[in-house]
Amino acid sequence: MRRWLLWLPFVVFAAIVAVVASGLFTPADRTVRSALVGKPLPDFVLPPIAPGKPGLSSAVFRQGQPRLLNIFASWCIPCAAEAPQLLRLKAMGVPVDAVAIRDTAPALTAFLRNNGDPYAAIGDDRQSAVQLALGSSGVPESFVIDGRGRIVLQHVGDIRAEDVAAIAAAVRDAR
Amino acid sequence: MRQLALFALLAATPALADPSTPPAALAYTQLRDPEQEAQARALMQTLRCVVCQGQSIADSDASMAGDMRALVRSRIAAGETPATIRAWLIERYGDYISYDPPLGAATWPLWLAPIGLLVLGAVIARSSFRRRRR
Repeated sequence: MRRWLLWLPFVVFAAIVAVVASGLFTPADRTVRSALVGKPLPDFVLPPIAPGKPGLSSAVFRQGQPRLLNIFASWCIPCAAEAPQLLRLKAMGVPVDAVAIRDTAPALTAFLRNNGDPYAAIGDDRQSAVQLALGSSGVPESFVIDGRGRIVLQHVGDIRAEDVAAIAAAVRDAR
Repeated sequence: MRQLALFALLAATPALADPSTPPAALAYTQLRDPEQEAQARALMQTLRCVVCQGQSIADSDASMAGDMRALVRSRIAAGETPATIRAWLIERYGDYISYDPPLGAATWPLWLAPIGLLVLGAVIARSSFRRRRR
């Protein structure tokens, strides 16, 4: 038997340890991102759900001004956490619209009363149809859409204070 | 202090993080036509649930998986083929949504490795049989 062959099992073992350790220290990113970024927003028309607030149609995103489309729900806790950041974006002059996933009018009204209401329009998506058409994998998620109906940015998860600048910049660049 | 924290943990009601609205009609109801239901079921077993990522939408009880099952069943009932529904979802979520990966630049080792291993096995078997005959 050749002498160096004796070391082969050890080398294989060391290689396996290296692979597993690298996976432990840098876990894979399991975020599911939409494949529609850079592509046109799918067409949709959603009825209103909150009293006194219009429903949402995709036509509003082709009127020349970039807008933020927020996918949220009153039953989603991170959505309440990101509400102050949406209000900040609105104060910075970013128009914010929403798609409410599987929600009810009373629950949504209470949510807006407790957490503030940054929305110009809220569409009622009862069976997540628009969410699936957008390639969105959960709540909350936000899309920046330029004035010509093209998706320029997707933000997965709640918008935190440190994310606001990047989203505002994406809206500014889309003008 | 510790006991108080433990008590608070036990007494607290869990925060609701799921919708209270009823699931879509076709999320848990089979299609009337058994042939269409079989088609829908086969497709649902090869589509990934994006919430609980190791499961198919046929296995998952996540509300979004229910809505995806409803989407699959209603489109099959409307006469769409499973291939077009899969393509529609891949257009939105990428290949990740499908458990049936296409042959491409990133996936060719996956498809060709079994053939390569079979060839390698045949070569090893052949040489070892030859040695024995001697």
